[in-house]
Amino acid sequence: MRIPGAAMYSSRYRLLQKRLHPITKEWGLTFYVLRHSKLAVVGAFIAFAFVFIALFGGLIAPYDPIGAKIEDRFQPPSASHPLGTDTMGRDVMSRMLAGAQHSIKAGLIVLAIAVPLGVLLGGIAGLFGGWVDEVIMRITDMFLAFPSLVLAMAFSAALGPSLFNAMIALSIVWWPMYARLVRGQALAVRETSYVEAARSRGASRWHIMFKHILPNCLSPILVTLTLDMGWVITAAASLSFLGFGAQPPIPEWGRMVSDGRIYMLRAWWMSVFPGLGIMLVVLGFNLLGDGIRDSLDPKLRRLTEVTWKRKKTSSSSTD
Amino acid sequence: MKLGNYILRRAAMLVPVLLGVLVLIFVIAYVIPADPARAWAGQRAREEQVQALEERYHLNDPIHVQVYTYLKNVILHFDLGVSPTTGRPVRDDLKAFFPATFELALCAFVLAIALGIPLGVVSALRRNRPADHFSRIVALTGVSTPLFWLALILQFVFYFKLGWLPAMGRSTIDITRYTGFVLVDSVLNWNWTAFGDAAIHMILPAATLAFYSMGYLVRITRGSMLEVLEAEYVVTAKAKGLPRRVVIYRHALKNAIIPPLTVLGVEFGWLLGGTVLLETIFAWPGMGRYAAGSIVMVDLPAVVGYTLIVALVMLLSNLVVDILYSVIDPRIRVGGKGR
Repeated sequence: MRIPGAAMYSSRYRLLQKRLHPITKEWGLTFYVLRHSKLAVVGAFIAFAFVFIALFGGLIAPYDPIGAKIEDRFQPPSASHPLGTDTMGRDVMSRMLAGAQHSIKAGLIVLAIAVPLGVLLGGIAGLFGGWVDEVIMRITDMFLAFPSLVLAMAFSAALGPSLFNAMIALSIVWWPMYARLVRGQALAVRETSYVEAARSRGASRWHIMFKHILPNCLSPILVTLTLDMGWVITAAASLSFLGFGAQPPIPEWGRMVSDGRIYMLRAWWMSVFPGLGIMLVVLGFNLLGDGIRDSLDPKLRRLTEVTWKRKKTSSSSTD
Repeated sequence: MKLGNYILRRAAMLVPVLLGVLVLIFVIAYVIPADPARAWAGQRAREEQVQALEERYHLNDPIHVQVYTYLKNVILHFDLGVSPTTGRPVRDDLKAFFPATFELALCAFVLAIALGIPLGVVSALRRNRPADHFSRIVALTGVSTPLFWLALILQFVFYFKLGWLPAMGRSTIDITRYTGFVLVDSVLNWNWTAFGDAAIHMILPAATLAFYSMGYLVRITRGSMLEVLEAEYVVTAKAKGLPRRVVIYRHALKNAIIPPLTVLGVEFGWLLGGTVLLETIFAWPGMGRYAAGSIVMVDLPAVVGYTLIVALVMLLSNLVVDILYSVIDPRIRVGGKGR
């Protein structure tokens, strides 16, 4: 029995229903295709820059991101304060540099909890079938019946506002998509002849899961993961904007947009730059995710394969 | 399977999901928090006050009793409890705030479809030409821009700097309310000034809300159209010498429209959720703002009621999409297509 909504789960998951090339094989060609897509390179550059800033931003920041300096308040962007200063005279750029880590932490932690959970549950559902499948999938359906932001808000409210709780809340709502994804793949792989061969050899269910099903899921998971990084960052920023995530004086970007809101007329830079930062980062992850998906698209790969092989043989002959 | 039967069966399947959803929300709201009564009573409340609240909201009952009572009240009387912060029944609060939110989400929905799908189709037909690049940029910015930030920027530009559009509220003219939907009510009042006023207030919030969905629809429509344009039946139709217009509308578009259609149900739910962010910024008197306020106050009955209504609307909109879907593609009804 299916629950209302042949359509229901399809949103992001739908993009991944096309069969993708397994990431573990021929990754030379994958990388080649990726490298030759300008947009993917731009995306990768933004993503790496973001990670770099998250790691070292606190060290490069020219001013103290937390301590107030009232005499400098509401300074417009200038040579000494490229992105201006806020209500307490803190340098907006320094705060953004120091705050990047919170966004990336949110993205990484949420996905580090949600993806394994979803993969495990989806894998079990697909592998065992029967009532196990029914139970797991019905629970998944219930989670998917809410807009994720609303559900995350309800969780945050129940847990109490803090950045950590916002991450927990987002992890709880983020796994069902991955459960669906992996279960779909598991169902498809389960029927293939090589899994049947493995089973006839006496391979256990777990062997089939780790050797056959999961490797086939890696490509779609990787693509979803990259695209999701942007979404989780936005969602975490949205929660902070509403006051559920980071609490002052933490320089989280969503929180900074929210703090600058009432000063829009007096100091537009307080809100505009952190928001622009979020947008850029999300854009970067979107471009990179699209690029990876394209590079794993069998059709595109066939088109590029010839030039890649030619190049490879010519470079090896000159060696 | 007949269409009527199909619809009935689908609708019947809503019941178990709704039940599950109810239990889920209830568990989230009442089991996880440490001490809701203390939050309602305030930090400096005396112990007796907290205990009185716990008594009144049955917080000391075993959890299964709490769930049972709540379910009984909701199902038999559609009673969502009393909000400890406003002191009014949650049902009445939600009834008062629902139309504003629904109207906003619906306008944004229409806007997103009206712009997103045509843009996606044009983008696919003019692949790698300026029109395609333009719509791809629009789509990418759409899915990357944080909603709450876009709202602030648009407000700043169109209200503070240019003064073209109002930035706050829903309407300034008083009219007799029949439905709660201002656009509908002003027409029923035959008051076109009020209609114009309400429409003008709608532009900024609806445009902001629609932006993400529009970008998303462009991406999906473009991808699906490109795929269909390469399909064999389209090549055959072209080879038969059919006019380009016929090939595009009759053969390609009819099939390419299915993927964007399938995401519409989810998108509507997403728009409804997005109003939580927007209504606070635009001072829109809807249930999103009510929910945001309730969450800050840990007003659990209100939060549960709101979440329930949103889930219900989302399930219903998915049902509608499913029905539409099966009308366009009868194979779905037979269950021939894989999950």
